Formats: sequence, C-alpha cells, structure tokens
Amino acid sequence: MADTTHSPPGAVWRARGRSRRSTRSVRAVTSAAVVGAVALAVLIVPPLVQLDEQAVDLALKLQPPSLAHPFGTDDVGRDLLLRCVYGLRVSLLVGLVAALVATVIGTAVGAAAAAFGGWTDRVVMRLVDTFSSVPHLLLGIFIVAMFRPGVWPVIVSVALTHWLSTARIVRSEVLSLRARPYIDAAVSGGSSRWRITVRHLLPGVLPQAGLAAVLMVPHAMWHESALSFLGLGLPSHQASLGNLVQTARGSLLAGDWWPTLFPGLFLIVPTLAIAGLAGVWRERINPRRRSELML
Amino acid sequence: MARMTGRRMLFAAPVLLVVTFGVFAVAAASPFDPVKAYAGTAGLTASQETLDQLRANLGVDQALVPRWWEWLTSAVTGDLGDSSVMRRPVADVITERLGWSVLLATTAFVLAILLGTALGVAAARRPGGWLDRGVSAAAYTLEAAPAFWLGLLAIWFFALRLDVLPAGGLTDSGSDIVTFGQVASHLVLPAAVLGVSQMPWFYLYVRQGVADALEEDPVRGARARGLSERTVLLSHAWRSGMLPMLTLIGSRVPELITGALLIETVFSWPGIAAATVQAATSVDFPLLAALTVLATAAVLVGNLLSDLLYGLADPRVGFDG
Repeated sequence: MADTTHSPPGAVWRARGRSRRSTRSVRAVTSAAVVGAVALAVLIVPPLVQLDEQAVDLALKLQPPSLAHPFGTDDVGRDLLLRCVYGLRVSLLVGLVAALVATVIGTAVGAAAAAFGGWTDRVVMRLVDTFSSVPHLLLGIFIVAMFRPGVWPVIVSVALTHWLSTARIVRSEVLSLRARPYIDAAVSGGSSRWRITVRHLLPGVLPQAGLAAVLMVPHAMWHESALSFLGLGLPSHQASLGNLVQTARGSLLAGDWWPTLFPGLFLIVPTLAIAGLAGVWRERINPRRRSELML
Repeated sequence: MARMTGRRMLFAAPVLLVVTFGVFAVAAASPFDPVKAYAGTAGLTASQETLDQLRANLGVDQALVPRWWEWLTSAVTGDLGDSSVMRRPVADVITERLGWSVLLATTAFVLAILLGTALGVAAARRPGGWLDRGVSAAAYTLEAAPAFWLGLLAIWFFALRLDVLPAGGLTDSGSDIVTFGQVASHLVLPAAVLGVSQMPWFYLYVRQGVADALEEDPVRGARARGLSERTVLLSHAWRSGMLPMLTLIGSRVPELITGALLIETVFSWPGIAAATVQAATSVDFPLLAALTVLATAAVLVGNLLSDLLYGLADPRVGFDG
C-alpha cells in the first residue's frame, strides 16, 4: 500500500537518476577523449612532425586562419597551431610537475599533522591558515619576483601556493581513518606510530590525494599562464600558452584576434576535460556528494 | 557582535605578523640585493666604499629580524619606505591608487553577485532545462577561462571592432582632468570583465542552493497552501537558497584580488593591483612587501565580513564564535 502511494515520486526519482547517469557517461567519454587527444598531441606531434615551431617566415606574417594554417600565423609568420601545441606541452609539463610537488608536500604535511595530533597539529594547521590568507597569485608573483623569472621559480611558486588544500583534505581524511577499528587493532597489535601511518593511513588517503592532484593540474596550468602573461613566468624561448597570449597583445591591438583566441582555447578545453574526468572519479570514490567543478 | 569582531581581529594580528615576517624571510633567502636595486646602473661603476655606505644607510647590513622589526615599527607610524619604480613613498602610492582599485573591485563584485543570483534563480527553476544547461555550460567555461584572456578579447571586440568603449586607462589619452563621465566610460569594460569572470562561482552556488531549497518542506508547504509560484520562488526558496552563498561571499576576496591583478594590468587601470605587478617586474621590494601585506589584510577583513553577514542573514547562528 505504502509502495503504491509513494510510487510517483519514486518513479520520478528513478527516471531522473537514469538520465543523469547517461549524461554522466557521455561526459566521462567526451572528457576522456579530449584528455587522450591532448596527451597524443603533446607527446606525438613534436617528434613526429619534425617542424620547427620557431620557424620565422616574415612573408607569411599574421595570416588569418586558413587550410594551410588552421589557427593562422603570428606576427613573425610562425604557425599558431604548432605554437599552441608546443605551448600546451610546456604548460602541461609545468602544471604536472608543480601539482606533483604540491601533492607530495600537502600529503606529507596533512598526514603528519593528523598522525601526531596535539600541538604539532595545531601549529601546522595555523600555519596553513596563515599561508592561505595571502592570495595565491600574489604570493606566486612575490616569489617569482624575488627569485627572478624562470622555469624553476615558477614551478616552486605554483607548488608552494597549492599544497595547502591538499594538506587540509589529507588531514581530515587521516583523522576520520584513525577512528576506525582496524587502526585500533593495529595499535593493540603493537605497531609503531610510523608503521601505522605509512602502512594503514597513507594508502587510505591516496585516492583523495590523487583526486586533488588531478584537479590541481589545470589550476597549476592556469597559474603558470597568468604568471607568464604578466611577464613573470617562463622565458620566451620556452613559450607556454601564457607567453603566447602575452606576445599576441601587439597584434590584438592592431585588430588581429587569432593569435590571442587560440592559446586561450587551448587552456580552456583541457581544463574542462580534466575537471570532467575528475568529477566522474569523485562520484565513484565519494558517491554521496554531488558533483561540482572545483577549480 | 562587537565582541566577536574584536576577538577575530585579535586572531588576525598574529597572521599579519607572520606574513610580514615571511615576506622578509623570502626576500632574505632570495638572490635579490636591495643595494643593487637601489643603485641601479650607477651601482656598476660605484666604488666598494660607496656601496658599503649605501648598505649601511639602507639598513640591509643588519640581520633579518632587526630589519623586519624596523620595517614593522615604522610601518605602524605610516612610513612604508620608498618605492623605487614609482620614485615616491610607498604610502603615497597606496593612498593615491587604493580608491581606484576599490571602485573597480566593488563594481565588479556587485555585478557578479547580481548577475550570478539572477541567473542562478532562473536556472534553478527548471534544473536540466535549456536555460540551466546553457548557462551552466557557459559558467563552467568562464570559470576555466583566464581573466586576462577574456579582457583582451573584450578589448578587441568592444574597443576595436565596435569602437564603443575605451580600451584602457582611466581617462582619454591627452586629457589629465579626471571627470565623472570619463571614469565611468573607462570603468565599464574592466568592471564588466572582472564581474563576469567572478560570476560563475556565485551562479553555481545560488543555483545549487535554490534548487535544493525548492525540494524542501517549507516550499512544499507553501505550494500546498496555494501560494503563487512567484511567491514560492522569491520569498521561500530564494531566501534560504542564498544562505550558503552569503556565508562564503567574504571568502571570495582572494579571487577578487587575483582577478584584479590581471584585469588592472590588461586595462592599464591605475590601481594598486597593477602597481603590484609593476613592483614585481622591477623587483621593487618596499612596494611589493607593503601591497602583499595589504592584500592579506583585505582577505582577513573579507573572512570577518563573511561571518558577520551569515549571522545577520540567519538568526539561528550566534555571534559567540
């Protein structure tokens, strides 16, 4: 009886669930395809094509998009599609390294704070709060300004501003794991604190830390491109997408839009694809929480 | 409320102290040399005694802690040192430019809140509908798009293509007099781009909040009483759906500062964020240090405001925090 009276909302809920699942799988497949295409382009194009992305041809300067140059050419006649692929390669590499460093720091600090507890925990988390109250890009600008622009200062400045959220996530995850019975069992079994942390707690937080790392890659790329755009990032012979937008400013003010438009799109599309994949992953490891884009 | 404000400010003081010290510590660890920065090209030909004298005058022969303490004590009296890139006292640079930054940031913030709320409520009425899907897709794309890129494209479209708005600056080139009309027309483009780039976050929160509220009992009750859909949406769902966004409104200050750093630079807006970038490019430590601390203070004020707003909007929350 109760079942029949409640059947309309139940049916609605089920129908909505099904349609949501199908859009979710579409999103997962599209995101995976884009991420795959980006990886292929970045890994395979440079060795395969054997073209010089720095090749200057002043006769072909500032050509609008055409069949020969799908993204057009820049102010010294370099093909923009090739420049964008190489720029994405640099941006992606910096983003990956920075995200990796930040995740290692964040996981170590978060796990240590939670495992030691007490004063260590309080002091460390206060420091994390203090660090977080400086706007990240500003802190990055400050570090790069003091240490001069270059690849490593950029990576360090991005990594140093991004570990904070990972530290918080890992800490709360370790705290919740620590309350579980198998940890009690390990403690009564006489395991040392170090062994419990490394063998029982860290493996438990790895999925969350990995998710945070994946979501951090587009954010780190964004950060790097902002620094490069401001002239505080990578040197121009290692042009990232941010450098490309920066050098296109002159052409843009002369009315040529393509050298600005395409590098930006090259940043947006992988960001959306990685965020889409991470959203699917999050729903899998954390099914109760609603998916939201974290950038 | 006053008690909580006082208490939170007491907590903010140590944070600011640590940040100022951190700024000095980073500078001390870096290869940056204030004497060379001060002397510029003259430093290349100057004798060692002159450089040593300069070193003593600038106080950089001292250790990190006394140097930091000296800066701090004179900062309290309003003396923040001299900016090498602007060739003026740092305090003057800040007072002259702060107003323009506040004007730009406030306009953009208000625009982002209004636009995000309006779109969020409209999209929440029919989750999964065409409006929801279209605006949500646009919001995710905008959230992923770099603000400087949006700014450049806006300049290209509105200033070059349509030629309806100025491309940057505070006044038309050639005129030194700052009039209301000039500032207003120069404000439109940077404020709109900064506002639109901040909008997705507000939109996503309001949409989620209102959509959740529409499923809750008070709304079901209001519908059962036969209230019009308009009343249900605006007086019931909207009010409770706004709460999650209100609590986090102050935490958007860092993002606003980040956006301002990029937008002010793109549009040559004479604010402190553009000055920060200039200070960084020419390694102007006194200016950069002061502006970093100022931005941190703004973030702390934002956090405080956020807590106060939440208390005002939701009477269930006390102020004892």
